[in-house]
Amino acid sequence: MRIVAEGLTWGVDGRVIVDGVDLVCEPGSFTGLLGPNGSGKTSLLTLLAGLRRPSDGVVLADGEDLHAWRPRERARRLGVVEQHAMTGLDLTVREVVELGRIPHRGRWPGATDEGAEAIAAALRVGRVKDLESRRWQTLSGGERQRTQLARALAQEPEVLLLDEPTNHLDLGHQIDFLRTVRGLGLTTVAALHDLEMAAAFCDRLVVLVSGRVVAAGRVDDVLTSELVRQVYSVDAEVGRHDGVDRLQVVWRS
Amino acid sequence: MTVTSVGAPRRPAPTLVILGLTALLILSMMAALGIGAVWVPPGAVVEVVARRLGLGSFDVTLVDDQIVWQLRLPRVLGAAAAGAGLAIVGVVLQSLTRNELADPYLLGVSSGASVGAVSVIVLGVGVAGLTGSVALTVGAFVGAMLALVVVLLLATDRTRSLPPARTILAGVAVGQVCAAYTSFVVLTDGDGDSARRVLSWTLGSVAGVRWSSAVLLLVVTVVGLVVVTAYARPLDAFAFGESAAGSLGVDVNRTRWTLMIITALLTACLVAYTGAIGFVGLVVPHAARMLVGVRHHRLLPVSALIGAGLLVWADTAARSLLQGQEIPVGVVTAGVGAPAFAYLLARSRGRA
Repeated sequence: MRIVAEGLTWGVDGRVIVDGVDLVCEPGSFTGLLGPNGSGKTSLLTLLAGLRRPSDGVVLADGEDLHAWRPRERARRLGVVEQHAMTGLDLTVREVVELGRIPHRGRWPGATDEGAEAIAAALRVGRVKDLESRRWQTLSGGERQRTQLARALAQEPEVLLLDEPTNHLDLGHQIDFLRTVRGLGLTTVAALHDLEMAAAFCDRLVVLVSGRVVAAGRVDDVLTSELVRQVYSVDAEVGRHDGVDRLQVVWRS
Repeated sequence: MTVTSVGAPRRPAPTLVILGLTALLILSMMAALGIGAVWVPPGAVVEVVARRLGLGSFDVTLVDDQIVWQLRLPRVLGAAAAGAGLAIVGVVLQSLTRNELADPYLLGVSSGASVGAVSVIVLGVGVAGLTGSVALTVGAFVGAMLALVVVLLLATDRTRSLPPARTILAGVAVGQVCAAYTSFVVLTDGDGDSARRVLSWTLGSVAGVRWSSAVLLLVVTVVGLVVVTAYARPLDAFAFGESAAGSLGVDVNRTRWTLMIITALLTACLVAYTGAIGFVGLVVPHAARMLVGVRHHRLLPVSALIGAGLLVWADTAARSLLQGQEIPVGVVTAGVGAPAFAYLLARSRGRA
């Protein structure tokens, strides 16, 4: 699905959080949202997910106004993974993944297809098949994120929106998670903090500062030492080093 | 040594649980019809009920018929309906607010109802010429509705949504004001007798339930159960909070308003007839979750069955434990239910 945002604006208490954002995500592309804390990445994602109405501007999904869709329709086409999903309830991994079928189901049990195949596929692709009967409360951070990804996949979405999905994960699990997402080939927008991870897995980067897009484009064009200095006030050298085929960011101080 | 299980908790098959609990509830109700100041043997109970239902002609005594059909059955049905109703309201409110301590009286309904009840009992406020228990019921219902409106007005934020934390705080604030009024009126205007009546009303009782009110309570509870079960999937979606529910296609604001108002109306009906019976709505949902897990299309009917059975037995104990005196049923539900729940809690420690 092609996602286009035009002049997207949203604020609260008279403070503008997202300020006239234009964005194009081609079908099957992986877009990384970068920017310092409080730059509006999460708010922009909730607008793209249709969970909030912009005060101005539109989100077009294959040319249609996303906010005019009914919530269930939206949930069948867009999957969201939050930064830190929490629950006090005693659910198994399978039960969490089954939540993803809610937008496909009717009001009464049994009346519609329960989506057994979609659940099986989501467990497999999200690589939580072995954890199926484990209890959510006993999972590690990496396992929880994979479970939430599998839940989003059970929705059979065309678009994935991820809010700092690798925030609490160690290096190995970060690579593992992003590689899985990348391999899905879905239109993906992810807010990320780690610049090298973003460089390694994204097709395009969009950089926000105070709710505005300050840079957008191909990874190599966006991620420069100039940008790192301007956005994060960090003096860094950005480049490719011998034998490593991706951008590295070496900061000095 | 306690072994913490990481796998799925072993639970009996849900269909079996529902069938078993239904059978248990019917048996409990039959038993409750026989137990009391006058013992009616099971055979006679079955014959009275069968004859009244037109299932054949039986030789029953007039006294047995009076006791079983006219006096005890409405009470037993009322208790079952109230128990089921409070339990499902507890489930819905705990899920919507994601608060394990939420109970049916969260929205100030019970404290509002007691303001109405006290005004009738102590001050003798007449309600449109009605007197006695009818005035009490109407007064309690009106009080509950007024409190509900105030709580909702306070809880609503500028975006017209109903954030759980605000809702709980608004309920607490209104509850405290109502409690102050109730205490003040009882202490300044009440005599010993009305103080006792207020106290026993506050603790709850189904002693006053007659056929007409029993039928009304049953209808209200069954309708309530059907309606909230239709919301089973949206309620499931709240497991990871409201934005997660939103991303699963739930209209969070509309769902929350609809369910809050439906459950508050149901609670107000129950409280108006039975007073504020405590404990059932708080604890039955937890017991039901231990039995069938957190999915609402099972959790709601199972909670209803457990709540119904619990209150049928609690009421039976309330009217037969002390010779010649009724114990408020709320005392029994807390006195028996709390230790039982403590046991369940201790048993589930390994997987908490």
